[in-house]
Amino acid sequence: MAEPFQFELVSPARLLVSGEVLEVVVPGSEGQFGVLKGHAPFMSTIRPGILKVSRANGSVEEYFVRGGFADAAPTGLTVLAEQAVPVGDLDAEMIAQQIRDAEEDVADAKDDEMKQKAETVLSQLREVEMAIKAA
Amino acid sequence: MASLKDLRNRIASVKATQKITKAMQMVAAAKLRRAQEAAEAARPYAERMEAVLANLATAFEGRDDAPRLLAGTGGNRVHLLLVATAERGLCGGFNTSIARLARERARALIAEGKTVKIVCVGKKGFDVLKRDLGQHIVKTFELRSVRQIGFGNAEEIGAYIRDQFADGGFDVCTLFYAQFKSVISQIPTAQQLIPATFEASEADKVAYEYEPEEGEILADLLPRNISVQIFRALLENVAGEMGAKMTAMDNATRNAGEMIDKLTITYNRQRQAQITKELIEIISGAEAL
Repeated sequence: MAEPFQFELVSPARLLVSGEVLEVVVPGSEGQFGVLKGHAPFMSTIRPGILKVSRANGSVEEYFVRGGFADAAPTGLTVLAEQAVPVGDLDAEMIAQQIRDAEEDVADAKDDEMKQKAETVLSQLREVEMAIKAA
Repeated sequence: MASLKDLRNRIASVKATQKITKAMQMVAAAKLRRAQEAAEAARPYAERMEAVLANLATAFEGRDDAPRLLAGTGGNRVHLLLVATAERGLCGGFNTSIARLARERARALIAEGKTVKIVCVGKKGFDVLKRDLGQHIVKTFELRSVRQIGFGNAEEIGAYIRDQFADGGFDVCTLFYAQFKSVISQIPTAQQLIPATFEASEADKVAYEYEPEEGEILADLLPRNISVQIFRALLENVAGEMGAKMTAMDNATRNAGEMIDKLTITYNRQRQAQITKELIEIISGAEAL
């Protein structure tokens, strides 16, 4: 049985989650990873996606996060996201808007590197859209 | 000597002013609480960000491949001063004290023969600085229509700063704002944004594993950090502005009260003098008969 550990989800505007959790699944930029108690010190940037938090009472919360990084330290896990919204509060229009922005970014990209980056973001956002529609 | 009617009018007008300042004070108090909460909510993010960056930055110290946002351009010729002030006045010396700090810095830099560019955030700072440093102001951001400052506002300014830096527009960027200490004290502060400076704390040096590599994370976080720092400064400014406004309006209300008391005494004295005069006139008229 997993043991609880300290988890914080922070956006620039506010502290969304702070408390004991059993497991957190983070959409890392190089793949999703789960964090349990006693994870090795680890730091990863995150890609737009869904962050899953499993609470000690068995409930699971989902948050849409975008831009930022996760910091797993011996004291606990901290996720700093530029944008963090509970999935329940997320509407399709907001994601659609972000996809439109991302499409513009792709069109405006000055060089290949920027274009590639923008395209990655775009495809990740589309994945999120699919996931939400499916839910 | 003012007539009784004049005095009455003045008392009425001072009373009206007092009502306004009193209302403004109460509005500021209500807004202050919200602004303070927002500033406090933003603090954990900015602090964590700084701690992580400090950790990463020490790894890059003295290395040649450090990102330019951290290492700087190597030059020290063109300085960009980002001056964040409030959008509205009537808040005591709040705006002027930030502008003064920025102006002193600008003068010192000009005296050293450096090129100075100024970017104003907030109308009031622009109003103060345009008088003698007008030709140095390259851009003004107005947040007047913004009710609640969001991260998007800071991101917009941050993006402008990063673009300018990428185009070689400046070497050093310093942010001016007022740190919110308490309701009665806001400290004008200058903070260097580019090249980034960090105070490395010995405590949280842990051997981390990074994904992607340190360099990439750093390259990703440094631009973000600029927006975060601007965001924090903007929020501190809003809280500071409201605090300063509350104090200023409190003083104004008290002064109006004193003025009303003084005017009322003059008014009563004059009224009595007039009654006495009229009585004397009547009595001496009756005696003359």
